[in-house]
Amino acid sequence: MNLLDIQHRMLEAVMQPLTPGEQMQPRTRDGRSMHEVAGEFIKPNDRLSSFERLEIYNRQYWFRVLASLEEDFRGLRAIIGPRRFEVLSKAYLVDCPSESFTLRNLGSRLEWWLRSHPEHIQPRAALALDMVRLEWAEIEAFDGAAEPVLVPGDVLASDPDPQFTLQPYLQLLSLRYPVDDLLVAIRKDDSDGEMASNAISERQKQTRVRKVARQKPQAVCLVVHRVDYSVYFKRVEPEAFKFLHALREGKSLSAAVVLAFQGHDIQESRLLGIVRGWFENWSSLGWFCRSESPNQEFISSLGRQS
Amino acid sequence: MPANPFNGFTDFGVGIGLRVPHFQHILSEKPVVSWFEIISENYMIDGGRPLHVLDQILERYRVVQHGVSMYFGSPEPPNREHLKRLKALVKRTKTPWLTDHLCWGSVDGTYSHDLLPMPYTFEAARLTAQKIREVRDFLEIPIAVENVSSYAEFHVSEMTEWEFLTEVVELADCGILLDVNNIYVSSRNHNFNPHDYVNGVPAERVAQIHIAGHSKFEKYILDTHDHPVIDPVWKLYARAIERAGRTATLLEWDDKIPSFEEVHNEALKANQFIAEMAVAS
Repeated sequence: MNLLDIQHRMLEAVMQPLTPGEQMQPRTRDGRSMHEVAGEFIKPNDRLSSFERLEIYNRQYWFRVLASLEEDFRGLRAIIGPRRFEVLSKAYLVDCPSESFTLRNLGSRLEWWLRSHPEHIQPRAALALDMVRLEWAEIEAFDGAAEPVLVPGDVLASDPDPQFTLQPYLQLLSLRYPVDDLLVAIRKDDSDGEMASNAISERQKQTRVRKVARQKPQAVCLVVHRVDYSVYFKRVEPEAFKFLHALREGKSLSAAVVLAFQGHDIQESRLLGIVRGWFENWSSLGWFCRSESPNQEFISSLGRQS
Repeated sequence: MPANPFNGFTDFGVGIGLRVPHFQHILSEKPVVSWFEIISENYMIDGGRPLHVLDQILERYRVVQHGVSMYFGSPEPPNREHLKRLKALVKRTKTPWLTDHLCWGSVDGTYSHDLLPMPYTFEAARLTAQKIREVRDFLEIPIAVENVSSYAEFHVSEMTEWEFLTEVVELADCGILLDVNNIYVSSRNHNFNPHDYVNGVPAERVAQIHIAGHSKFEKYILDTHDHPVIDPVWKLYARAIERAGRTATLLEWDDKIPSFEEVHNEALKANQFIAEMAVAS
């Protein structure tokens, strides 16, 4: 058996889901005895069989990836409950094992996967999907690139209809449920729960989720952003959201204004006042930026060389 | 031989791993620490707080990068995106040398996020050494590979672990990050004398030493990095520095992390052994 054969067999076994009792499966996916398979390439010792030695890695793998996904999607877990979340996580990780060198990206395909596996999030599919999008956006906003901050006045002085670039870390989310409030509440429950029993904390979470789920869907336009390296959620008006979307798509200032206020009968002076207010507010939050950072340029240049 | 080609001819003392629970203490109290080791993958990102903290640490401290997912023993070529991000971080930290594990963990682009043990064969040594050379040529920095804790052995192995480590580092002409806790853990799991291991590695290639704690179970020991270093591991450390000289030493503590002072004080116990070694020689 050569190196590649061993690695294929071992990884296949390590990534096969555990039994409900958190032990290694007695059979491989193709029905072979796992004891036999393990014995073919792993030596037993005086205390552990080949199966038991392989099982250590099997268990470590699943404990690690499940813990990572749970940490990243606590909101989704609160919505569907811990048991269904575990079932969902195992199914997702079987279909979408990590393809990245970092666990940070483990949940990157979860929204996409859930759209074709809605049975895991029924009957609150829309709420759950909104939460997954929010939790992933938070990860992206936390460590996304930040470019040098731009003062809009500097650009307007040299170009009457400039293009404004939004910070790459900024995430724009159009949501059907107020999952931002829900996530904040769930996190509060989590921290309060450290002082209460787990059962009480889970009940509190379920009550809160039920309350939100019973509400009629409420459209929320949300910007997930950073201030002093901490992630915040900021709701904006639909017009402001359209405006930000247009800027992200590279539209000029005038084109973005037109898109934002399409169908609105609004006086020009009032419109200018609204847009000026947005710029003042968003500039103070550092949402506009210049070109690529030196780090990004360096990474890009390496890409060109390779 | 504290300074050698494999640690960039540096002379680092006793350091600790840079971990999130200690960020605030380090930045506000500015404790005297010889150097910090960072997990490269935690900082191979585009921006945000981790890089902001790292930049502040770099203003005051020396930092060495330690990776957990290069997987020198995996069959596929190094991931280009991984390498590009790693090189950007190397430029940022100016790490004098870079370490990762002598293990595998991915096949065909699927990652286990574990440090899986190598079969100790000549074929595996050749392929692994080739990959270490490729990575070093791209990063343009000395590389040292770390022996991992393991819980399984393979029928196909043709040599001991320390013979395999020696074969790889000599073929790759790279350094060793000698983890004496991992040697102890594996020795208990595979019934060998850990002193044979320490005595068997090429001491002139030891760029750095790791010390750590572990967890003992009924039938095996797990490398958990959540306890102080035990006496038998300190004895291995003493023997390692007796052979390799006063070498850059790093305490790993990754789970149930106590206060900064507790971790740092545990690491500084290494200085006693360094002093005793100096007196003896």
